[in-house]
Amino acid sequence: MTGTAPEQATALETMTGAQSLVRSLEHAGVDVIFGIPGGAILPAYDPLFDSEAIRHILVRHEQGAGHAAQGYAMVTGKVGVCMATSGPGATNLVTALADAHMDSVPIVAITGQVPSGAIGTDAFQEADIRGITMPITKHSYLVTDPDEIPRTIAEAFHIALTGRPGPVLVDISKDALQNATTFSWPNELALPGYRPTTRPHGKQVREAARLMVAAKRPVLYVGGGVIKAEAAAELAVLADLTQIPVVTTLMARGAFPDSHELHLGMPGMHGSVAAVTALQKSDLLISLGARFDDRVTGLLSTFAPEAKIIHADIDPAEISKNRTADVPIVGDCKEVISDLVVMLRKIAEEDGLVGDYTAWKQQMLGVKAKFPVGYDRPEKGLSPQRVIERISELTGPEATYVAGVGQHQMWAAHFIDFERPRQWLNSGGAGTMGYCVPAAMGAQVGEPDNVIWAIDGDGCFQMTNQELATCAIEGIPVKVAVINNSSLGMVRQWQTLFYEGRYSNTDLNTGGEDIGARRIPDFVKLAEAYGCIGLRCDDEADLDETIQKALSINDAPVVIDFVVERDAMVWPMVAAGTSNDDIKIARDLAPSWEDDEL
Amino acid sequence: MTTQHTLSVLVENTPGALARVAGLFMRRGFNIESLAVGPTEIPEISRMTIVVNVDELPLEQVTKQLNKLVNVLKIVELDSTAAVERELMLIKVKTDPQTRGQVLETVQLFRAKVVDVATDAVTIEATGDSGKLTAMLNVLEPFGIREIAQSGRVAIGRGARSITDRTLRAVPGQQSTAI
Repeated sequence: MTGTAPEQATALETMTGAQSLVRSLEHAGVDVIFGIPGGAILPAYDPLFDSEAIRHILVRHEQGAGHAAQGYAMVTGKVGVCMATSGPGATNLVTALADAHMDSVPIVAITGQVPSGAIGTDAFQEADIRGITMPITKHSYLVTDPDEIPRTIAEAFHIALTGRPGPVLVDISKDALQNATTFSWPNELALPGYRPTTRPHGKQVREAARLMVAAKRPVLYVGGGVIKAEAAAELAVLADLTQIPVVTTLMARGAFPDSHELHLGMPGMHGSVAAVTALQKSDLLISLGARFDDRVTGLLSTFAPEAKIIHADIDPAEISKNRTADVPIVGDCKEVISDLVVMLRKIAEEDGLVGDYTAWKQQMLGVKAKFPVGYDRPEKGLSPQRVIERISELTGPEATYVAGVGQHQMWAAHFIDFERPRQWLNSGGAGTMGYCVPAAMGAQVGEPDNVIWAIDGDGCFQMTNQELATCAIEGIPVKVAVINNSSLGMVRQWQTLFYEGRYSNTDLNTGGEDIGARRIPDFVKLAEAYGCIGLRCDDEADLDETIQKALSINDAPVVIDFVVERDAMVWPMVAAGTSNDDIKIARDLAPSWEDDEL
Repeated sequence: MTTQHTLSVLVENTPGALARVAGLFMRRGFNIESLAVGPTEIPEISRMTIVVNVDELPLEQVTKQLNKLVNVLKIVELDSTAAVERELMLIKVKTDPQTRGQVLETVQLFRAKVVDVATDAVTIEATGDSGKLTAMLNVLEPFGIREIAQSGRVAIGRGARSITDRTLRAVPGQQSTAI
């Protein structure tokens, strides 16, 4: 198994740096690496060929390796690993590293570097990848001494997974891989500058609990940190105990079941009216592993104007970054929430103080009932929202859903029924178009027996669909639903709303002749060319049958071209840079409160 | 209005640590007024003295971000009233037989010293806080300043306490591996 080294007691073994690297990765518990070999990393691929513990999956583009490592990490909770050669191989990982950095995904990227003597000479395939990735990694290493390899790998995995998770890059010069060294796995790590705080301060927890019992209109504002901390069960206890309404951000979908009465949905630019309103009208936000992102707050100066803030996060730099916290709590969400539950019970027992939010809860449940997130069915053509909703209904919440970025992502966030943590993967912070297919591939490798749905757009899909080849050859049967509106849909929506319908460069021509498009490429033929099953659906009458057919295939990747009508828009919407108070539920249509005093 | 802050940053003496710290300031939109790096009494630890002009709140944010860097061990903001702050300046001043006496007098007045003499110039070494150095430059200005080389500020807290004390203890206190 992982971590322990049976041969530690024996004499040090002499081997190459490359062998030491593979041995180190085995010790770190790696079972799969996504990567592409090349000149500088080539020495590592030789011993990797012999490793029984590690499966290497040859991807078609390094960006795919990076996102696959993310997908693997998100579903398993383990560190995902990608590997690339120097220069362009390494720079192709940059987008995935930036994405993992924004969304706190634990991955380790191993890159080959030109021989140490050639570093700095503009050698063939040389790029200063450590310098390039400094702002977008949690930490990075350049190793030129083979003796340093085991310690560096051990540190990299520790840093990636602990505290606020994130990407770590290990760049290794070719000579360090080739030269002789002795292998010994470190039992202890010397990281004096890295000591994440996981235990929350008792005084802060008590302060938070006191604010909670005194509040009248509290909201649990739940972010992705709750999923990273495996704290969904603790959150459910807290919500049931207090009866405080819950909102889950884009990164936290699934941290709290959609079916739970107290769940008001997703807040933010495309959040539900109930979630956005609850935050705006609240007198106390209990932020758990969330970071007051601009897509959640809207115009910051008008965000939740009457609310006091309890901000719990494992990263102290997030606290009071955008919104000043009244009670900051640095700690792991699992421990913070557990401690809050204990403290609230104690206050109830000893002081007889219990928060009463009945009126507030009823009011918010009323808003939720009055303004459910819905959509209008088009007069003709297939509704994209309906497609996503039916995929969820026919597949169920046990499956894992991965999205790209854009309209389909927002619809997926709304219309898939999220009931469990790690059910939902997407590129939230970076907004990386092209995330979906490779991330779904990595998720499927992490969950070989689960159904993995990749909900992608026609724009996103064309950025990284080369990984279908990897999926077909490596037996990774992802199901890709291309929500094909023949355009860069979200950009087109903004052009409709803010640029007088001037559709500058958003038509992708992937639709059918009926809308004057040229169907380039034909996604069904493309799927078939990649050895996948290709299906097409453009009529709601065939929708269920098509989805069922895809669900019945589990020995090959399936791509479904859902040709949908192109004018569907994502609602509700808070226009960029405006206040959440100005939420619209349809074009020019604000929620009507009638005589409700909110 | 922004105010000037002096930060003492203890970092692991590893390649790239300076680039990480400097890059972070750039990325978060802060200009470094001055930066001095050197070894400490502990060989594995270097000390950076960073002077920035920034408001209190953004400073707190940048300090937190700096603390997240794995190679950064400790950050202390030094209050100028409770710290000794020094800069070193080398000044090449034009002199002739008529003015040399006056220049040397200035040197004495500011407790500086002459480290090089040529027929038509002297080079002066001066240390002090930035106020003193500015004052000295003002006095020397009329003679003709040919060249200046100035160090970043270094600073140390007054009294017996050492900011490396606890860091020193932390170095061998290793974490056990979580994997």
